[in-house]
Amino acid sequence: MIAELGHFALILALVMATVQTVVPLLGAHRSNTVLMEIGKPSAIAQFFAILFAFCALTNAYITSDFSVANVAENSHSLKPLLYKISGVWGNHEGSMVLWVLILALFGFTVAVFGKNLPPTLRARVLGIQGSIGVAFLAFVITTSNPFLRLNPAPLDGRDLNPLLQDPGLAFHPPMLYLGYVGFSITFSFAIAALIEGNIGPAWARWVRPWALLAWTSLTAGITLGSWWAYYELGWGGWWYWDPVENASFMPWLVGTAFLHSAIVVEKRDALKSWTILLAILAFTLSLMGTFLVRSGVLTSVHAFAVDPERGLFILAILAFFVGGAFILFAIRAPKMALGGLFQPISREGGLVMNNLLLSVATATVFLGTLYPLFLDATTGQKVSVGPPFFNATFIPIMIPLLLLMAIGPMLSWKQGDLASAMSRLWVAAICSGGLGILFWLLNSDKPFTPIIGFAIAGWLGGGALKELADRVLLFRIPLINSLLRARGLPRSAYGMTLAHLGIAIFVCGASADSAWRSEVVFNAKEKDQTEIAGFNLKLQKVDRLKGPNYESERAHILVTKGSKIIANLYPERRFYPVQQMLTTEATIYSTVMADLYATIGEGDKRKGWVLRIWYNPLIPWIWLGCLLMVLGGIISLTDRRLRIGAPEKRVRNYKTAELGAEHG
Amino acid sequence: MTPTRRRLTFIGLGFLSLLVASALALTAFEDTLVFFYSPSDIKEKFINTDKQIRIGGLVKNGSLRKSKDGITVRFEVTDLNHSIPAIYRGSLPDLFRENQGVVAEGHLSKGIFRAKTILAKHDENYMPKEVADSLKKAGKWKGGNKN
Repeated sequence: MIAELGHFALILALVMATVQTVVPLLGAHRSNTVLMEIGKPSAIAQFFAILFAFCALTNAYITSDFSVANVAENSHSLKPLLYKISGVWGNHEGSMVLWVLILALFGFTVAVFGKNLPPTLRARVLGIQGSIGVAFLAFVITTSNPFLRLNPAPLDGRDLNPLLQDPGLAFHPPMLYLGYVGFSITFSFAIAALIEGNIGPAWARWVRPWALLAWTSLTAGITLGSWWAYYELGWGGWWYWDPVENASFMPWLVGTAFLHSAIVVEKRDALKSWTILLAILAFTLSLMGTFLVRSGVLTSVHAFAVDPERGLFILAILAFFVGGAFILFAIRAPKMALGGLFQPISREGGLVMNNLLLSVATATVFLGTLYPLFLDATTGQKVSVGPPFFNATFIPIMIPLLLLMAIGPMLSWKQGDLASAMSRLWVAAICSGGLGILFWLLNSDKPFTPIIGFAIAGWLGGGALKELADRVLLFRIPLINSLLRARGLPRSAYGMTLAHLGIAIFVCGASADSAWRSEVVFNAKEKDQTEIAGFNLKLQKVDRLKGPNYESERAHILVTKGSKIIANLYPERRFYPVQQMLTTEATIYSTVMADLYATIGEGDKRKGWVLRIWYNPLIPWIWLGCLLMVLGGIISLTDRRLRIGAPEKRVRNYKTAELGAEHG
Repeated sequence: MTPTRRRLTFIGLGFLSLLVASALALTAFEDTLVFFYSPSDIKEKFINTDKQIRIGGLVKNGSLRKSKDGITVRFEVTDLNHSIPAIYRGSLPDLFRENQGVVAEGHLSKGIFRAKTILAKHDENYMPKEVADSLKKAGKWKGGNKN
C-alpha cells in the first residue's frame, strides 16, 4: 500500500511541477502577482510529494518488502541497515528518485529562502526549475518506476552489488547529486535572467549561495567517490580518468569557473554573458554526465541497467534544455549592456585567465572522454584514452592556472600593478623554493618531476597565506589590531584562502603519488615476509571469518620498522554468496606522510596467497586538500553578505568592510 | 583600452589557449591512444606493434597456468576463433576466471602478449563491451542482451 502511495506521490509531484512551470512563468510574463506567487506553494508541494515518495521507497527497503521489484532486485534481508538505506540510491530507479528529490529541494530553497528576490525573477527561476522537474519526473514515471510490484513476491532479494556496500559509497551519491543537480538552480537563474534581459551585480549576489552550495557538495561528492575507489577497488589508485569520473569532474571545472566569473559580475558588472554561458554549460555537462552513466554508452560500476529507451529519453531532455538555453542565449546575450571596463592586468583579467584555462581544461577532458565513443560510433575502431592522455593535456593547462592563482588575488580591480603584486609575493617564492628543496632532500633518490609540483604548491599556498596576511596588515600594525582586522574580514575571504590552500596541499599529494609510489606483489605463505619503503611486512596468518552477508579470508600482516612494531594490517577477500561475487577489502595504514596499502588475492595454505602492497606517499594530503576546499566552500556559504536578507541595506555595510580590507 | 580592443584581446587569448590545448591533445592522442584488438584482429590483420594495446576475449578454458613463484600467470585470450598467449605478473582481479571475459593492457612481444594490467571487472555478469562485440563479430556470441 505504501508503495502505491509513493507512486501516487510521484504523479502528484509531476502535476505540481507542471503547475510550478506554467503558472509563475505566465504570471511573470503578464506581471500578475497572484499567478507569480503560485510558484512558491507549488515548489514546496512538489518537494514534499517527492520526499514522501522517497520515504516510501526507503521504507520498502528497510522493511525488505520484496513484493516491490526494485527492492527484490537490489536488496537482501541480511544486509546491514545502513546498506539497506543506501541501497535505495544504489540502483537506477531509486537514484533517479533521489535525483528529482534534490532537484525539487533546490526549488524548495528558492521558494522558502528567496524572499528578497524580485518577484518576477523568483517566479521565473521557479518556473524553469519546475520545467526541469517535469522532464525528469516524466522520465522516472514512464521509464523507471521504482514502485513496480512483483507477483508472487520472491522470498528474498538479489542483494546489492557488494562493492557498493560501503560507507564511503553510501554518502557519495547524495553529495554528488547535491552538486550535480545543484547546478540546475544556477541554470534556472541564468535562464530567468536571460528572459528578463537583466543581469547585474545583484543577480550575481543572489545566485552565489546556490552556486557555492552546489560547488561545495560536488567537491565533497567527487572526493568521497575517489576515496571509495581508492580503498574499495583495491587497485591502490585514487583517480583513473575513467569516463564516469570525468563526467562529474567536468561540471566541477566549469562550476569552479562560474563561481569565479560570478565574482566579476558582482563586483564589476562585467563578464555577464560569459557568466551566463558558464551557468548553462555547467548544467549541460551535469545532464551529459547523467546521460553517459545511464544510457549504457559506458560500462562501469556506475552504469546501471542498460536500456536504450532511457538513454534516448535523457538525450531528448538534454537536447531540449540545452538547445533552448543556447537559442535564448544567442538571442539575448548580444543585447546585454557592456559592463565595467578593465585592463588585462587586473583582478578581472586574472579571473578571465582563470576562466579561460578552466574552460580549456574542461575541453580537453571532454575530448578525452568522448573521443572513444565518437570513434567507435563512426569507424567501429575501439580505443581507450587513459591517464597518460590526461596527464599530457590536463596538467600542462593546470600549471599556469596554479601559478596565476597566487598572483590574481594580489591584483587590484580595474587596473592592477603586476610588479607590486610580484613584490608582495616574495613569501610565496620562498615557500615555493623551500618546499621544493625540502622534498627534494627527503626524496633525492626518487624521480624529480614531483618537485615541480611541490614548488608550484608552495608558491600557491604561500601566496594564499600572504594575501590573507596583507589584508590584516600582519606584522605591519600591532598584532592585536591585525586580529581585530581579521575578525572584520568577510568570511568569503577565509573561504577563498582555505580553498586555495586546499588546492596547494592537494597538488603536493597528487604530485608525490604520481611518481613516488612503490609496489610489491609477492606470493606469501604464513610467516613469509617482504620489504617496502623501509617497512618489513610479515604475513602472520590467514583466518576464515563469517560476516552478516558474506564469508571472508582475512590476513594478518605485521608491519615493523627495525625492531619497532608499526601496525597490524588486516586485508580481506570477501565472498558474497547471494551475488556470487568476490571483493577485495584493502587495508590501509595511514600516516600524515604516506599510506601503506595492502590487499590479499587468491590462494590457500599450501600454495600461499598473493599479497599486493603499495607504499603511497602523501595520499592523505589529497583528502586533506579536498577537505579544505569543502571547508572553504562552507565558510564562504556562511558569509552574511550572501544571506538573502535585505540586499540593499547590506551592500553599504559590506562595502565599508571591503574598503577597509582593500586598503591593506 | 576600448571595449572592442579588450574584447578582441580576450577572444585572441581564448583562441590561443584553445590552439595550445588542441596541439597538446593531438600530440597526446598520438602517443597515448590505446587501441583495442581481438585475438582474430591480431592474427588476421597481422597486427604487430610494440605500442601499448588492449586485447580482450575469454580466458581460454584449461589455459590458465600459475608459475612456481605463485605470481606469474600464463593464459590464452580467445575469441573462440583464434587465441593469443598472454603472460602477466601480479595479482589477478577477483573475477578473473577461465571462460570469463577479460581485457588486458600491455604489449605484444614475439607473439606473446605481455600484460601490464588486467582490467578489473565489477560483477560476474559484466562482460566488457569490447569483448562482447568481438565475440559477436566472431559469430560466437551466446549470451543474452544483458550487457
